[in-house]
Amino acid sequence: MTAIDPPVLTADGTPLKASLRRALRREKARAFLLVSPLLFFVLLTFIAPIADMLFRSVENGIVHDTIPRTVQALRNWDPGESEVPGDDVFEAFYTDMVFAVERKSHTRLGSRLNYERTGLASLFRKSGRRVGKFDTKDYADAFNTLDPAWGNPATWDVLAGSEAANLPRTASAYATWLEVIQADGDDPLGEEPWDVLYAALFSDLMQAPAGGFASPLLNDAQSAAARFEPISLREQFGAIDEDWLDPQVWRTIQTYAARYTPGYFLNSVDLKLTADGVQYRDEGDRIYVLLFGRTLYMSLVITISCILLGYPVAFLLANLPLRTANLLMILVLLPFWTSLLVRTSSWKVLLQQQGVINDILVALRFVDDASRLVLINNQTGTIIAMTHILLPFMILPLYSVMKTIPPAYVRAAKSLGATDWTAFWRIYFPNSVPGIGAGSVLVFILAIGYYITPELVGGTRGVFISNRIAYHISSSLNWGLAAALGTILLFAVLMLYWTYDKIVGIDNVKLGG
Amino acid sequence: MKLKKTVLAAAALTLAVGPTAVSAQLADDITLVSWGGAYQKSQHRAYVEPYIADNPEVTAVWDESSYEAVAKLRAMNEAGNVTWDLVDVVASDAIRLCDEGLAMEIDHDELLAPAPDGTPASEDFGDLIVSDCFIPQIVYSTTFGYRTDMVGSTPPTDVCAVFDLEMYPGKRSLEKRPINNMEWALICDGVPKADVYDVLETDEGQARAFAKLDTIKEDVIWWSSGADTPQLLADGEVVIGSTYNGRLFSVIEEQNQPVAVLWDAQVFDLDGWIIPVGLSEDRLARSKDFVRFATDTQRLADQAKYISYGPARESSAPLVGQHADLGIDMAPHMPTDPENAKNTFLYNYEWWADYRDDLDAKFQAWLAQ
Repeated sequence: MTAIDPPVLTADGTPLKASLRRALRREKARAFLLVSPLLFFVLLTFIAPIADMLFRSVENGIVHDTIPRTVQALRNWDPGESEVPGDDVFEAFYTDMVFAVERKSHTRLGSRLNYERTGLASLFRKSGRRVGKFDTKDYADAFNTLDPAWGNPATWDVLAGSEAANLPRTASAYATWLEVIQADGDDPLGEEPWDVLYAALFSDLMQAPAGGFASPLLNDAQSAAARFEPISLREQFGAIDEDWLDPQVWRTIQTYAARYTPGYFLNSVDLKLTADGVQYRDEGDRIYVLLFGRTLYMSLVITISCILLGYPVAFLLANLPLRTANLLMILVLLPFWTSLLVRTSSWKVLLQQQGVINDILVALRFVDDASRLVLINNQTGTIIAMTHILLPFMILPLYSVMKTIPPAYVRAAKSLGATDWTAFWRIYFPNSVPGIGAGSVLVFILAIGYYITPELVGGTRGVFISNRIAYHISSSLNWGLAAALGTILLFAVLMLYWTYDKIVGIDNVKLGG
Repeated sequence: MKLKKTVLAAAALTLAVGPTAVSAQLADDITLVSWGGAYQKSQHRAYVEPYIADNPEVTAVWDESSYEAVAKLRAMNEAGNVTWDLVDVVASDAIRLCDEGLAMEIDHDELLAPAPDGTPASEDFGDLIVSDCFIPQIVYSTTFGYRTDMVGSTPPTDVCAVFDLEMYPGKRSLEKRPINNMEWALICDGVPKADVYDVLETDEGQARAFAKLDTIKEDVIWWSSGADTPQLLADGEVVIGSTYNGRLFSVIEEQNQPVAVLWDAQVFDLDGWIIPVGLSEDRLARSKDFVRFATDTQRLADQAKYISYGPARESSAPLVGQHADLGIDMAPHMPTDPENAKNTFLYNYEWWADYRDDLDAKFQAWLAQ
């Protein structure tokens, strides 16, 4: 064994290794500080919204948050019986609904559930108006006749604390009641207890063991309550609307009770989550798979037309004398600088049946006046307009790549006896492939997410999946479904990018230089 | 003598009004959200200009976002920063905003001015108050316009002309959504008007409506913006097409195109204000003050000088006069005019609130096939 070498020291006596590490760390920290503004910007404005969107596509807390007791009670209900749930569910639902109405969240829940079962939106809205006027008022009167102490919130406050074990419903309803009252900024002691509390109390008293309370007030109430006329909340809800007695409504609520749901994703691929598992949607409702397919197909067609039209233009630009090339370049860029809507609207004027192109064709007698070409409000319209709009994104990368291909290569090929075509195909074209790659990726990815142009000129068969996403974001407000569709689209693009990388290699993509 | 009386009365009025006006601090800025275009202009001239003349300290800003108001308000609410003070929306959106807890529930009689004869606002607006959050402004209708030079000597008088390809060949334009189209299809398939929604509730009824629409599907250009049909009519792209009646008025009277309105089976709809929830006290006070002024009997009647939409108050109807620039009588251009309203259809908000998602999916699937 050799003796351990003494560490190399720097001038100030610290080991060289440590000193170096410190210097390096400082370098790194400085570099990080320099990029941090951009990093935070990207995190905040790009990564965070995408993460939020991904999250929304599975998030479903609204059911649980709005009607927690019902969700709990429904856990014990076996939907296989195809019978209406028991009274415990209706009691829980009554309590939840009263507080949801007070917080104005019941209609929101109704719109959420309406996505899954048509009719629930109005059912919730209608029930919200009536749920405060149930016959449970009779309980309140009966208890107050028995002992006026029941009209005092302080009584409830004490009992909800000391007897909570025997009064689970009352204690939980009272806690929510306190929250609701305090949220309004009112003093709970100045309020009259609501009917819903008496209903919970009645139900607790009926289910607790006889005389099992510490408080004589409760024991008295229990023996008296046995003589009260019970009010069936199931009948009360049934009187609002028969739909509450439809097991399917409850199965829908039960199916969508979880905090996270695959429901939106299933909807995005024309499936649906039902109480009996995942099922296909009805034939007439299936649309998204078709639209995804159409989006990919049309984006591909647009990309190919851009290559076919853009390649010769880029070739000209790269090979003409500078002055002419600059003029041509302006012609390429001019439409690029024009508003998207203006360009799209101009296509309408050009392409419609009484439009410029058809007029010219008729005047030249290429087509008959009676059979003018349908060039817009269909796929043709979308492809024409979008090819035009996205063309600069193909020409510019192509041009910058072609600019770097030395003319000597083609000359050398020709001097060795190649024909014009062979020199182009064997020498020039392979050198320009990275430009085609870059242009195609750009055009394809832009095309896949377009929605304004297809909306304006696409008619019925020329619209993209993004049109539906826009619709669900701004019109139907089904943000969960929009998020799921967007997520699928995002992953489709990433998959395509990955495949492209595997087949062509992303190193072969050049935007210039 | 008379002057003195007036001055005294004015002083008394100031004293009476003074304390209430001072006690509530009013914000000086108000952000109004509307649809842009001719409609927003009519609002600006009928209510905002006179309001600012009375309250010179106020600056009003317009935001043309009504088309996406529900989505944007929801986003603002989630972000906890509501920047709008008063939002102009169609009735169905008002119901949704109310459902979502994004619009404020109001007491119509307390907030809004009574009619000049003292009728409380809730009676003056009557059935048009379709939601607790909704302050009605105008009645508009979605109806058909046709090219007078393309229908031969027999101009259509019946909405079913839209489905009659033999009599009226050529393209027609319909809105790219199920609402209204499904109803018209059923009516023209022989369903009595009163039963339309009952029939449409069933799968067979929906299939029936789609089957009727199928007969013209190849000849329809579907529009999504209110400006589409007027443009298509002006260019002669379509023979007949649905749009809002105010758009047809401007094509016919302002642009003098050979177009006429087919009022049969026009579908009434409402447009009005909602106050967003989450406003600070001073902004809320300003919104309330403005909306009380903007929806009084005279202001609503004034709006009809600029656009052919019917005022929502019953008491405003007799005050509707002539167009401010063209000088023509506006009454015959109103969708509510007795001559035009012989056969009308009221859009069922409650029903569509339920069936919208479901039918829209079916409609889009039908379109895409």
